[in-house]
Amino acid sequence: MRMVIVAGTPGSGKTAVLIHALRSLIERNLKSSVIKIDCLYTDDDKKFSKIGVPTKIGLSMDMCPDHYAIYNIEDMITWARENKSDFLVIETAGLCHRCAPYTINCLGVCVIDATSGPNTPLKVGPFLSTADLAVVTKGDMISQAEREIFRERILEVNPECKIIEANGLSGQGCVELAEEMLLAKEVSLDEEKLRHSAPLAVCTLCVGETKVNKKYHRGILRRIDGFQKYEGE
Amino acid sequence: MIEKITILGGYDKHGDKEPVEEVVIKKGEIVGVVGPTGSGKSSLIADIEQLAQQDTFSKRKILVNDKEPSYEDRTNPRKKMVAQLSQNMNFLADMSVGDFLSLHAKCRGASGKCVNAVVDLANTLTGEPIKKEHDLTILSGGQSRALMVADVAVISNSPIVLIDEIENAGIKKHDALKVLAGHGKIVMVVTHDPVLALMTDKRIVMKRGGMQKLVGTTPEEKELSKKLNKIDEFMLGLRDKVRNGEVVEEVGIEDLE
Repeated sequence: MRMVIVAGTPGSGKTAVLIHALRSLIERNLKSSVIKIDCLYTDDDKKFSKIGVPTKIGLSMDMCPDHYAIYNIEDMITWARENKSDFLVIETAGLCHRCAPYTINCLGVCVIDATSGPNTPLKVGPFLSTADLAVVTKGDMISQAEREIFRERILEVNPECKIIEANGLSGQGCVELAEEMLLAKEVSLDEEKLRHSAPLAVCTLCVGETKVNKKYHRGILRRIDGFQKYEGE
Repeated sequence: MIEKITILGGYDKHGDKEPVEEVVIKKGEIVGVVGPTGSGKSSLIADIEQLAQQDTFSKRKILVNDKEPSYEDRTNPRKKMVAQLSQNMNFLADMSVGDFLSLHAKCRGASGKCVNAVVDLANTLTGEPIKKEHDLTILSGGQSRALMVADVAVISNSPIVLIDEIENAGIKKHDALKVLAGHGKIVMVVTHDPVLALMTDKRIVMKRGGMQKLVGTTPEEKELSKKLNKIDEFMLGLRDKVRNGEVVEEVGIEDLE
């Protein structure tokens, strides 16, 4: 079984692009199982089940959605194996741009919206820079020149990645995405490791502190001037 | 060297086979794309821009010199054979005209010296002058359109040029077309304007998302096109007068005959 982890900013078209790609896999008699990770709400499972793909939702609630996805990967693999799937597809709504949920053997797909401006690739961090594949959506809404500049910016951040220009409405580029999924490595839980460490997020806020005043905060803390320290026992 | 491109028909919006199964466009030809709004003109242009290989909604296939282009040819802007002037000129880029053009020149492997040439050319097509220091976001519709025409002509200097509805741009459309349709190129123009449509060598008629008919421009139409051109120039002259605050007195419509 192969594992595909799809990350991307909200509204970038992850689900739309995936649905076209999964349809193309169905046409080749390949089975996928989808897990959609979101924070508070999603109804994307209905869209996936419409094309007959077994789907599960995971809502991370108080936990960071990427941490939540990583913590639950084992269960997801088990579930997808029970479904006798050829592909486990994890779609995650990573929001802080600091995490990259990709593991070493998965196919890491970053879906990024071309209308978000040509500086976006420089801002989004490891979920783009450690991806195997950057899927650029909504390119039909901007000019060719802007599209080409956007592409150049992605390659500045991740020179090794393959770029696919896709359209979630027409399905353009999605067959290409399916082809790349076929080339992914087999997943092996014991050897699976993250490509990029998750951020240091062990402060009192993580466990529920709501007071703003500095004196109440403990843990690994970074000041606005860049000075970082550990405060506590 | 691109000698010709071939469009192999796919399916229309209803999933029926397109009536036109094959269109061949040779070097030096100008082809119009006509049809009501929503008939699939822009989609046809998009298929050619991406050199579609049955991977778009229409399932059309585009051949270059009778061969399938490689993935690299289709996607790497340095190798790109298609320049497109689209209707979408949003300029979401938060940067100056000069920075944008140098960045684009870099993408296309063109010299940074192009930047001045683009700005100068753009300023021949539009009213209020564009400056390199201007932020892209403050440009008017006409200015950004003129800038993109010049960008396509100078920086994206490609053998295939696709133009989507130049008439709505508020710029001098004939001059713009002349700038874009360089010698020996393959040019496709999406248009609602009979003046432009009859200037082409042939036109693809779109309906329901499919290529319905291929119409060759007749000698009579070419004659008519010349007349229409005169009317158009007359209208443009009037437009300039009104724009410049002049009062229109005598109009010699009979001179057009």
